Amino acid sequence: MQVSMKLEMKDTPGQLVSVLTPISQCGGNIIAVIHQRDQESDSGVLDVQIVLDLPEGRLDDLVAQIKKRGVTITRIGKERLFLQRSLLMIGHIMHTDISDTVDQIDRTGYAEVSELSLVMPAINERSSARITLKTATATDMNSAVALLRKVSEKKEILIVEPLEE
Amino acid sequence: MRIAILGFGSVGKGVARVVQEKDLGITVTGLADSGSGIMDPDGIDLAAALERKATTGFCGDRSLAPLDVVDGADYDALVEVSPTRIEDGEPATTHIVHALSRGKHAVTSNKGPIALAHRRLRNLAGSHGVQLRYEATVCGAIPIMHVLQHDLAGNRVVALHGVLNGTCNFILTRMEDEGLTYDQALAEAREMGYAEADPTYDVKGIDAALKLVILANTIWDMGVTLDDVEITGIDLITPEAIRLACDRETTIRLIAEAIPEKGLLRVSPRIIPHGHPLLVEGTLNAVTLHTDLAGELTFIGRGAGSVETASAVIGDLLSIGEHHAGAH
Repeated sequence: MQVSMKLEMKDTPGQLVSVLTPISQCGGNIIAVIHQRDQESDSGVLDVQIVLDLPEGRLDDLVAQIKKRGVTITRIGKERLFLQRSLLMIGHIMHTDISDTVDQIDRTGYAEVSELSLVMPAINERSSARITLKTATATDMNSAVALLRKVSEKKEILIVEPLEE
Repeated sequence: MRIAILGFGSVGKGVARVVQEKDLGITVTGLADSGSGIMDPDGIDLAAALERKATTGFCGDRSLAPLDVVDGADYDALVEVSPTRIEDGEPATTHIVHALSRGKHAVTSNKGPIALAHRRLRNLAGSHGVQLRYEATVCGAIPIMHVLQHDLAGNRVVALHGVLNGTCNFILTRMEDEGLTYDQALAEAREMGYAEADPTYDVKGIDAALKLVILANTIWDMGVTLDDVEITGIDLITPEAIRLACDRETTIRLIAEAIPEKGLLRVSPRIIPHGHPLLVEGTLNAVTLHTDLAGELTFIGRGAGSVETASAVIGDLLSIGEHHAGAH
């Protein structure tokens, strides 16, 4: 099962590694480590989000191991896809099988369509949609966007991406 | 400084008027439009030439061809602002080649020669010890080339994003503000004189892509052409799509983007958040440079217009003048 954890640890060398060790001992596989050094944090505390794949029944053991190392778990949950990006689609969205488009994203295993808002101004006219994708990592997001572009190109749907600088 | 002006349309007349009105130390000794020319080493009477152009459609002597003026007039710098085909950059490229080969500086507002033959022209200028300047080709009145070549000289530009086409920006602004369809906004742009009868060149993103090519070749010497740019225009954008973007405090603009590290050269409609520095209104242009030392810098200004383009041309001329005064 996939699990996400938000951890709070001391911002000192070796802290992050000391958390990662028990994960592998529990047979877990790390999918993503997202760590943001807060600009204002002079408190010496580091916030880290970890997404991992863990064998069933090992979660309690892992939580105990992490706590033993003096690391606080501030949140734990099944929500594993932190990143989201909204794009616009313009074209004959319904008639080119929108459920197939969504399926192709969902079937990747690393990305999901979490929102779709569709506007159809008139019969036979091109429709417009806002589609939101969710993934765990930036690499996955870029792959998902590339896939959406590829699928849409075949269906002659224009994709408008956000400017990511 | 003595100059020859090639092309007496909107930009050429703009330059002539500025030279006439301001005491800049510039004398026009050669002048030509597509069907006539005039040369006078003591300075051409510009008021008379403007008057002749208005009444007869020709600025000078019909027995003189533009190239006669380029080759025969007595000048320090050629101002090449003639109407030019974008496919082959002519006749401007030939005019510039002739002037540089004579050891004369060249200043142009024509995108064709710079987008198609930048390296060749730059090397030709270098081998004759003269300058080739083309501030007016990109972002009209914004002195982006000067900033890149002088003010940011010690910086490495990592990436560039820009709103480089005023027509597209006007259309998208109107679609957002008034909920107009693309066709309605385009019709309005035509009425205001912001769009040509055939708007393909602007709305398909070609104009913005040419400017991106010029910037990329100037900043990174990439040696790229229009074929290297991934181009999507704005002609398929719907008001519904803009409204869906607005629901999330964002909107759509045609953005030119160059990130050499990723091999990325792209012109496409993009979602940008409200309040973003590149989100300018109407026909304005904007460029953001991402640099290693100065960080992000955004320049906003008028991208087109007779006087605005003349401003860039005059800036180039004075810059050449200063450079050469300093060298002596």
